[in-house]
This record gives sequence, structure tokens and C-alpha cells, in this order.
Amino acid sequence: MAKKNTKKINTCAGLYTPKVMETFKNPHNYGKIKNADGIGKVGNIVCGDVMWLYIKVVQNKKKEDFIKDIKFETFGCVAAISTSSIITDLVKGKTIKEALKITKDNVIESLGGLPKIKYHCSVLAVDALVEAVYDYFLKSKKEIPAGLEKKHEIIKKSKDIIEKRYEKWEK
Amino acid sequence: MKKIYLDYAATTPVDKRVLKEMQPYFSEKFGNTMSLHSFGQEAKFALDQSRQVLADLINANPNEIIFTGSATESNNLAFKGLAFNMPKGSRARHIIISSIEHACIMETAKWLSRGFRVTKIPVDKYGMVNPKDVEREIRPDTILVSVMHASNEIGTIQNITEIGKICREKKVYFHTDASQSLGKIPIDVKKMNVDLLTASSHKIYGPKGAGLLYVREGIKLVPLLHGGGQENGLRSSTVNVPAIVGFAKAAEICKKEMAAEGKRLIKLRDKLIRSVLKISNSHLNGHSKNRLPNNANFWFEFVEGESLIMRLDLEGIACSTGSACSSFKLEPSYVLMALGLKPQESHGSLRVSLGRFTTEKEIDQLIKVLPGIVKKIRDISPYKK
Repeated sequence: MAKKNTKKINTCAGLYTPKVMETFKNPHNYGKIKNADGIGKVGNIVCGDVMWLYIKVVQNKKKEDFIKDIKFETFGCVAAISTSSIITDLVKGKTIKEALKITKDNVIESLGGLPKIKYHCSVLAVDALVEAVYDYFLKSKKEIPAGLEKKHEIIKKSKDIIEKRYEKWEK
Repeated sequence: MKKIYLDYAATTPVDKRVLKEMQPYFSEKFGNTMSLHSFGQEAKFALDQSRQVLADLINANPNEIIFTGSATESNNLAFKGLAFNMPKGSRARHIIISSIEHACIMETAKWLSRGFRVTKIPVDKYGMVNPKDVEREIRPDTILVSVMHASNEIGTIQNITEIGKICREKKVYFHTDASQSLGKIPIDVKKMNVDLLTASSHKIYGPKGAGLLYVREGIKLVPLLHGGGQENGLRSSTVNVPAIVGFAKAAEICKKEMAAEGKRLIKLRDKLIRSVLKISNSHLNGHSKNRLPNNANFWFEFVEGESLIMRLDLEGIACSTGSACSSFKLEPSYVLMALGLKPQESHGSLRVSLGRFTTEKEIDQLIKVLPGIVKKIRDISPYKK
């Protein structure tokens, strides 16, 4: 993270790049989509980050599924809100195929970097997208590609682990 | 945009009167307090004077004041100094602390737990330690009880006098960390039955780099730093005279202004609390009465702390949170959890700490922008209320 840049905005956001702060200040595409074709819910409020992604999917002229609209609802820190917003920007208008290629590194790059301790927020954003697409496949009763199924399994597994870890606190 | 600082519990600006008092001790009266010549004696005189002022503030004798580099060092000295002083073969191996102590007590106790047993006393939902709980936990092998005077996070003031009385009766040393309370509320080590007390300069408009440990006469400690034997052999190091002179000046001002300033801050604090609690699903952390004049701590349902702090900062208002993210520990505040808050609840806390330069206008500004910020965060969140 370039120190020179962060000075410009003159806030305690020395931790975050100007792009992160700008995105946090004015996040894009937040809110619900009514009758969404897919919803991805990730994170855990106990850990302090919860991200919900809604997608609207339609077919383009080539008969490919593409994400016509995407919105997010996030409870979380600056990084969680910024990664939520940026993934909606990255995904909007892309085909499902293209969207699933987006990695956490793409998210981090698009934000001009993230503090290491906040990398998990970029993972969360990508996971939310995967889950939303997975949900879309389920709802539309389409055959789920093996790669997507695998990603979904991994997300589900880590979710279970976290939930177990925080069980003691929930009581 | 004029920035508003409401994080006086973290640190305070040096008061101009303090700075002025310190100034000559950098380049003119720069002597080493251990030197025999006039430069040294000049510095020594300033050190002695400062010791007297700080002793006066807490009703101690000057020879009971040990200057250190920070409150953290003082707390370490109290704990380790006492622990290491136990004679070989001694069976005394037990320390009691409250569950809401500052990290430097928590970590010191944790480190000592390799050779000592540490009991953490719970607090009630307002953050109060019940002296009876302390009494119950004291065992024949207990050497030390440490309960902070006032909480850095929630501002709750403990019943130190009562806990001290119990410890005195049971012949157990009693330490209190008064970093947040010194200069804000009266402290009398004799009346409060305190054996060891920690305080800090930078919390009371003095410079950073000076702290003190009050050690009641007759109590033996082992030093952490060995060397030239400064501070009665308890803290070898060339004495930081400018910082200590500043600490003393800061203490002197606090003593003079404490009563009036306390009243002023309580009025502002209570106005803030009244207004903030009008926000839906907002709560006050800590005690409504036994509370530092300058502390307010809230939690908002379905609001994450770091987002809150950053949005306030974008409005030019500096506050803090006990929450996970801000401190870069991804764990919820153990203090708020000790009050019985759930982790998800303790993520949404806001600590506002007022100080000498806080104006009503500044508080009004916070009152004005906070509801909108909370609403914005909730609008983005899936948990709209």
C-alpha cells in the first residue's frame, strides 16, 4: 500500500487505500433484488462479517447466462463493505462463466490493495458470488458444473467449522 | 473541516501549560539527576519537586512514588516485582485480577501464569466487581489482587476502598491501575487501602513516556531493570526529567481543576448519552452512575464498529471502538463480553471519551451526524431494523 496516496484523504484510513475508502464511503449496488434468481449468503455475524449477494440472471443473444443485475447487503468492516461493492462492479454484465473466474486477487487489485489481515474479506466476496451462482443453478434446476459444486462444498465446510468454533460464544 | 477529537481515553494532547513547564528541561536544565554538579542537582531538584506534586495528588509520601516510562511498565513492575520477590520455596503462588483489566495486566498475568495461578473475577452487566467475589477467591497462597480503578473501555469505577479493605484484612497486596482515573476523580491511596497504584502522564495532558507506580512504604519489589539504581533501585535508567516535570505539571493542573472540570464533563457526557440513546436499538455500556465523567460507551444493534468509526472519521470525528476490527485483533472485545454481551453485539460498540478541550458544540456535532451514520450502516446491512 502506497503511503503517499493514503495521506491525501487525511483520515484514520491510513490502513486502507484511497480506492477502498472511496468505495466504502459510496458503495455501489447495495440493497435487495426482489425475486432474485440467486442469493449467496456467507460470513458469520459472530466473526463480524456477513455478506449477502443477490443476482438477476438473463440470457444474452448468444444464449449465454449473464448477470444482468447484482446487489449486496453486508454487515461488516470497511474492507467487507468495499469488497462487496467492488465485486458487484466486477460482475455486473458478465456471463456466469466469466464471473466465476473472478478471484480474490482480482478483488484486492481492484481496490488497490487490502491490509493482509483483511484478505479474508476478499475471499468472502468471491465466496458470496459462488454461492449466489450456485443458488441460481439450484433454483433453475440446471446441471451444476463439477467445479462449482466443489467450490460450494469447500465454502460450506469452512462455514461449518467457523460456526462450530463460535458455538461456545453463542451460548 | 475542523476535526473533533473524542478519544481522550486513548491519549490526550499535551496542555500548553505543561509544554511550557517542560521546555527548559530539554536544552538548558538537561542534567542527569545522578550527577553531583550543579547541572545534575538542578535536574534532581526538579525530579524531587515533581515527585512531591504527584504524591500530593494521591495522598502518598514522595518516597512511595516510583517514576517509570509508562503505565504498562508500572503494571509489569507491580506484578513481576512482587512475584519475583517471593522467597524461594514460598508457596504463595496465586494472583487475582478482574476480567476487564487493560491488556497490559491481562498479558502480564498470562505470562506469570507459567508459575502462578491466576483467577479472573467476573463483573456484573455494568462492569462492577463485587468485593465479596474478591473475598471469596482469596486463598492462603494469594499474593496479589489487582482491580482497575476505572475501566478504559466502559468507564465503570470500582469500589476500590472496599476491595482494598478486604485485601488489607486478609493480608494480601492490593494493586489498582488508575491510568484512566488519575486527575479525573479523587484518589487517596490511604483511604482507598491501596498498596500499589499505577498512573500515566499522557492520559492527563502530560507527555507520553512517563508513568508512575505508587508503592506503599515497606513493600519490597524486585526491579525489572537493573543498573544505576535510580528510583530507589526500582527503575534503573537515566531519569526522563522533561517528561516527569510535564507529568507533575499536568497533575497539578488536574488537582486544581478536577472538581469544576468533572462537573462540566458530566453535563456534556449525559447530554450525549441522552441523545444517542434516542437512536433505535442503541444501548449504553457500563454503569450509569459509577462512571468516569468523560466516558460514554454505546452499542448499536446490527452496526459494525469499524465501519462506524470510519464513517465518523470521514465526518472529522475521532472516536474508538472496543470492537475486533479497529484494534486489528479479529476478536470481539473481552471487556464487553465480560459484561455479558454476545460477540455479535460487542462488534457494534462506540467509545466516546471527552476531555479538557471538548466543547458543547463538538458534542452537538456528534449528536447531529451519528443517527445518519448508524442508519446508513444499517441500510447496507442485511439486518435492517
